[in-house]
Amino acid sequence: MNDGRMSIIVRTIATSIFPFVLIFSLYVIMHGHLTPGGGFQGGAIAASAIVMMIAAYGHERMKTKISENGLAMAESIGATIFAIIAFIGVVMAASFMYNFLVGTPLFGEIPPFGSNSGILNSGGVLPLLNIAVGMKVIGGLAAVVMIMALAGDKK
Amino acid sequence: MKAKVVVFVIFAAFIIYAAIKIHPFGEPSNSAMDDYMITHAQNQTAANNVVTSVVFDYRGYDTLGEATVLFSAIAGVLITLRKKEGENE
Repeated sequence: MNDGRMSIIVRTIATSIFPFVLIFSLYVIMHGHLTPGGGFQGGAIAASAIVMMIAAYGHERMKTKISENGLAMAESIGATIFAIIAFIGVVMAASFMYNFLVGTPLFGEIPPFGSNSGILNSGGVLPLLNIAVGMKVIGGLAAVVMIMALAGDKK
Repeated sequence: MKAKVVVFVIFAAFIIYAAIKIHPFGEPSNSAMDDYMITHAQNQTAANNVVTSVVFDYRGYDTLGEATVLFSAIAGVLITLRKKEGENE
């Protein structure tokens, strides 16, 4: 346990599964309007991957790779995108968070009634809102863990 | 002491009465909202996942409030625990 790192076994396993966890989280975020999951859930998965790397390598090394200011900025950008999309609905159709993309070529394909047809290009503004919430949750949760780890080592 | 017993008996009787009169599980008395969602959600929001269309479209205002709760919680943690430059303790 020198300088906060864990053993070579833990570090190797964490490095190996880190990209797969990130890909799974992006899958959960992008398919939020088709399958169970969404922005909150996928963002929590990605944040847990970052927390796993912090736990395996120690925050001394990880703070050279990621900065908590960047993570906090990602959270703020996600929240801003969410609010902007919500207010575009007011401009387009005089209703807050109106789904103004239904019927348009961008994410506007209306799926047939019945069981899940798996059309990714559907959902209107729901995929965009899922991406915004995903950015927000990734940045927020990872920034909280990072800032707590950094706050512990001021002696 | 007597007043406490009386209050307890009244409260327990109310709870038992409510438990007896509750409507049976699996038979909702008002299902107009559910039927509307199941019938119209795919056409109105173009999404297969009706839960997501409720969370992000019909109840989008609710999700905005949830995101605001998360934002303010994280802002509080960052403000409280952030290391300041040139600070010596």
